[in-house]
Amino acid sequence: MARPVRFNLIEKSSADRGINQVQLPEGHMGEGFFATSLDKVVGLARKNSMWPLPFATSCCGIEFMATMGSHYDLSRFGSERVGFSPRQCDLLMVMGTIAKKMGPVLRQVYLQMAEPRWVIAVGACASSGGIFDTYSVLQGIDQIIPVDVYVPGCPPRPEAIIDGVLKIQDLVQDESLRRRNGDQYKALLEGYGIQ
Amino acid sequence: MSITHDFIQEKLNNQFGDKILSWEESYGMLSATVQHDHNLKVLTFLHDEPSLGFQFLTDITGVHYPDKKGEEIAVVYHVHNLKENVRLRLKIFVPIEKPDVFTATGLFSGANWMERETYDFFGVNFIGHPDLRRVLNVDEMDYFPLRKEYPLEDQTRIDKDDEMFGR
Repeated sequence: MARPVRFNLIEKSSADRGINQVQLPEGHMGEGFFATSLDKVVGLARKNSMWPLPFATSCCGIEFMATMGSHYDLSRFGSERVGFSPRQCDLLMVMGTIAKKMGPVLRQVYLQMAEPRWVIAVGACASSGGIFDTYSVLQGIDQIIPVDVYVPGCPPRPEAIIDGVLKIQDLVQDESLRRRNGDQYKALLEGYGIQ
Repeated sequence: MSITHDFIQEKLNNQFGDKILSWEESYGMLSATVQHDHNLKVLTFLHDEPSLGFQFLTDITGVHYPDKKGEEIAVVYHVHNLKENVRLRLKIFVPIEKPDVFTATGLFSGANWMERETYDFFGVNFIGHPDLRRVLNVDEMDYFPLRKEYPLEDQTRIDKDDEMFGR
């Protein structure tokens, strides 16, 4: 009688098993060597091992939990390791309404993150205040910290959050190693009163 | 013996006379309007009088009536007799120019944050409060948001971008 479970009986190639490997960056390859620019290698490494820091304050946070869960599974994109200390993380995911009183807290969390750091604003509230057009709610977190990617939706579906993370990955991959030391970036932080 | 509304009215009228300005009964709950400088005396009497025993403060809140000249700000106390399960609502009205009210923190410790909240949203100045600061809103806020003196939407706002949000 045949075994009902036939895993491992037939050896498949990694592509057949649905495992995707990261593409090699542009470069020159010969026997025993591969030459490319450091930017690309660092970008490749950073891109595929983002450590997200979830800052979830409301319903978008619930969508994020679904995103991290096995059905949508953000870990397929190398963002498996959710850190809860800003000092360890490089992607701040702000999900939910940020009240004005929460603003300094969010800013403090951002300041505690080490460079390089990226910020994604998930949902209408984090991006623009959303329906909370009122005295007590911050009208978008870009009032206090710089934001790299905005994910629209109220709340956005997990696919949209994954799409936002992929957009972040594109930014990370192509970021110049000198960007964080550049005048433009310093002026951006200066604009937010961050030294 | 359960405390009836008539009994409460009789007790308070006997004790305070014309300091009780009016009585009202809505949805089965008795409500008294008291002269604004007698709020603490009435609360203390309701608390200490054994036959009344309103020893639990459920809530303090404010209401802004912009059309009532001279008594724009109402401060509403809800007290509860836990033993008999009877509730009573107490209202005082103060002018918006001088919203001074005696604090109830000496009588009920729980009044502390309730009064801070009422100050936060309506600007009621509780005289004798140990720590009258904002409790829910940001400390830098320089207005009292639940007063009905602001337009529903300020068209001159710049914190929403026309181009992106279609204002």
